[in-house]
Amino acid sequence: MMTAPLQHALYLAIFLFALGVTGVLVRRNLLFILMSIEIMLNAAGLAFITAAARWGQADGQVMFLFILSLAAAEVSVGLALIIRIRHRLTTLDADAANLMQG
Amino acid sequence: MAFLVLVPLLPLLGSALLILSEGRLPPRLVALVGVGSVALSAVIATWLAIAFLTGPDQHVTLTLWQWVRIGAFAPTVSLYLDPLSLVMMLVVTIIGSLILLYAVDFMAGDEGYSRFFAYMDLFVAAMLLLVLAGDLLALYVGWEGVGLCSYLLIGFWYQDPANGLAARKAFIVTRIGDTGFMLGLFLIFTQLHTLQIQPVLAQAQTSWHVGSLAATLAAALLLTGAIGKSAQVPLQTWLPDAMAGPTPVSALIHAATMVTAGVYLIARTHTLFALAPVVLAAVGVIGTITLLIAAFAALNQSDIKRILAYSTISQIGYMFLALGVGAWSAAVFHLMVHAFFKALLFLAAGAITMRLHHEHNIFRMGGLAKRLPLAFWSFLIGSASLAALPLITAGFYSKDAILSAAWAQGGGALLLWLGGIVTAFVTALYIFRAVFIVFFGPAKTEPSGRYSWRVAVPLTLLSVLALIGGLVETPPALGGITLFSRLLAPVFPNAPPPAPVALILFTAFISLLGLGLAYALYWQIGPRFIAWSNSPAIAAWRRFFAEGWAFDALYHRLVVAPFLALVRANRGDFIDQFYTGIAWTCRWLHQRLGALQTGRIRWYASWIAAGSVVTIAVAVLR
Repeated sequence: MMTAPLQHALYLAIFLFALGVTGVLVRRNLLFILMSIEIMLNAAGLAFITAAARWGQADGQVMFLFILSLAAAEVSVGLALIIRIRHRLTTLDADAANLMQG
Repeated sequence: MAFLVLVPLLPLLGSALLILSEGRLPPRLVALVGVGSVALSAVIATWLAIAFLTGPDQHVTLTLWQWVRIGAFAPTVSLYLDPLSLVMMLVVTIIGSLILLYAVDFMAGDEGYSRFFAYMDLFVAAMLLLVLAGDLLALYVGWEGVGLCSYLLIGFWYQDPANGLAARKAFIVTRIGDTGFMLGLFLIFTQLHTLQIQPVLAQAQTSWHVGSLAATLAAALLLTGAIGKSAQVPLQTWLPDAMAGPTPVSALIHAATMVTAGVYLIARTHTLFALAPVVLAAVGVIGTITLLIAAFAALNQSDIKRILAYSTISQIGYMFLALGVGAWSAAVFHLMVHAFFKALLFLAAGAITMRLHHEHNIFRMGGLAKRLPLAFWSFLIGSASLAALPLITAGFYSKDAILSAAWAQGGGALLLWLGGIVTAFVTALYIFRAVFIVFFGPAKTEPSGRYSWRVAVPLTLLSVLALIGGLVETPPALGGITLFSRLLAPVFPNAPPPAPVALILFTAFISLLGLGLAYALYWQIGPRFIAWSNSPAIAAWRRFFAEGWAFDALYHRLVVAPFLALVRANRGDFIDQFYTGIAWTCRWLHQRLGALQTGRIRWYASWIAAGSVVTIAVAVLR
C-alpha cells in the first residue's frame, strides 16, 4: 500500500493552519472568519490523524472525533452570534463590532 | 431633685423628635414640641428652684453615670445645682422659652420651620448641660454643643453664601478659644488628677499657692476659652457677623445662651482665678478694652441688629470687668439683667423688621413710635435698661454694682472704672441714637401686618423684667436689698463693700448725660451736625469705628493672608509632588494600556497568533 510520508501530511496541516490564521486575520466578514476557524480546526485534526497513523495509536482518532464535535458546537454558537450581530449592527463587518474598546 | 435630669433632657428630646421627624410634622405640632419642651423644662426648673431654696441643702450633686474608665481617668456625667447654676438655669429656660414662643410667629412660613426649632431646642439643651455640669468634661460637651448649634443657626439660611461664611467664621474663631480651654482641661487633669469641678477647685486651693505657675497657666487657658465664647477682644470679630441668623437666634445667642458661657465659666471657677491675680487682672483689662471698643463701634452702625451685637460685646465686657475686680456676684447679676433687656431689645428689633419687610437699616425707618406702639415701648424700655437710666431700670442697678465694685477696689482698678464710666456715657448715646432715628422723625417705610399674642406676650414679660428685674439687689442708699448676693453667698462669699452715694449719683448723671446728648444730636439731625460728621477726618474715624476698629482687616492681613500664602506655597512641595507623580504615572499607564483594548476581534487574534509564534519559537529554539 502506498502511504504518504509523515512529513507531507504535517506540511499540509501546517499549510492549512497558516491559511486559517491568515483568513482570520485578513478577512473582515464574520462568516469568512468562522470558515477560517473551521480550516484551522481541520488542520489540527489532520495533524492528530497523521500522528495516530504513524504510531498506530487510537488516541489520535479519538481526539479527531472530539475536534469534529467541538467544531459543530462552535459553529452553532458562532452562527447564532453572527445572526445577533447582523441584527444589531446590520453588517457582518468584524471591525464594526468594536463597542468594547477601552 | 432627681427631676433635675429633666431640665436639660426635655429640650434634648424635643430636638431629637424634631430631627427624626425630618420636617414631616405639621407646623402647629412642630411649634408645640419646640416651645413646649423648653417651656416644660422652665416649669420644672422653677419648681426645682423653689424646692432648692426652701430646702436645707446648699448644693445638690446628681451623678448620672460614669462616662469611661481608663486607669485614673474616670470622668462622670453629673449635674451640680448650687445657687449659681440655679440662676443660670432659670435664665436659660425662662428667657429661652419666651424667645421660642416669639419665634413661632417670627419664623412662620419658613421652609426650615421644623429644622429651626430642632436646632433651637438643641441649643438650649447644650447650654443647660453647660451650666448644670458638675464635671469639666461634661461642661466641655455642652460648651461644644453650644458652639455647634450657633454654627447651625447662624448659617440657618444657608442658601446665601454670606450666611455660611458668617457661620464658619463664628465656628472657627470660637474654636481658637476652645482649643485653649481644652489644653486647660489637660493641664488641670495632669496636675490635679480629676475633672470634677468642686474637687478641682478644692484641690487647687490646697496644692497651688497664689500666683504659682500652674494656677496662672490653668486660669489663662480657661480664660482663652471664655474670651472666644464671650466674644471679647481679641476674639470678638465673630459676633457682629453672627447677625446673619434669624433674629430669635440672635436673641438666644446674646441673651440666654452662648456668649454668657464665658462669664459663667469664670464665675464657676472663680477660686482658681483668685489664685492667679495676673490672669484676673487681665480679665478686667480685656473686659474694659472690649467694652470701649464695642461701644464706639456700636455708635457708628446703621444696621439695627449690628448696633445690638456690638452692645452685647460691650455689655459682656462689663461682666468681664466685674469678674476682673472680683465682684463675682455683680457679674452674674449683670448677666441676668442683660439677658432680660438684650432679649427684649432683639425681639423688639425683630418685631420692627418683621413688619418692615426685613428692613435692617435704621436710616430707612423713622417715625415708627406711633405706628408700632408695642415695638416702640419694648425697645424703649430695653434701651433705657441698657443705658442704665437711674432708678426705674434693672440695668442701672446691675451696672452700678459693677462700677462701684471697681471703684471700691481702687488702685489700678480705677482705670477700669474710668473705662466703664466712659462707656456708660457712650452706651446711652448709641442706643438712644437708634431710638430717636428709628422711632421719631419723618416716616420712611410703611409697616404692614399685625402682631399676635405670641409676639406680644414675650415682649411684655421681658419689658417688665427689664424694668423691675434689678430690684433684687440695690445699693444701701436705695433700700439696700441684698436678695441676689445673699442667694449667691454660698458660692461667692466675699461681697465688695457698698459704694458711696456720690458715686451712684455720678453714674446716674453720666447715663442721663448720654441720653441728653443723643437727644440734642439725633432728635432732629441738624445740617451742621451732618456737615461735621461728613468732614473727611471724622468720616474716616467713623468708618474705622463702624468696621469694629478694623479688626477684621487686621486679622485678614496677619492671619488669613499669610496662611493662604503658605498653603499656596506648600501646594507643590516634595511630598505632594511624589503623590502627584504616582497619580500621573498611573494615568499615563492607563491611557497606554487602555489603547490596546481596541474592541476589534481581529486585532486580538493577531496578538494571540503573534504570542503563540513567539512562545513556540522560544520552546523550539531553546
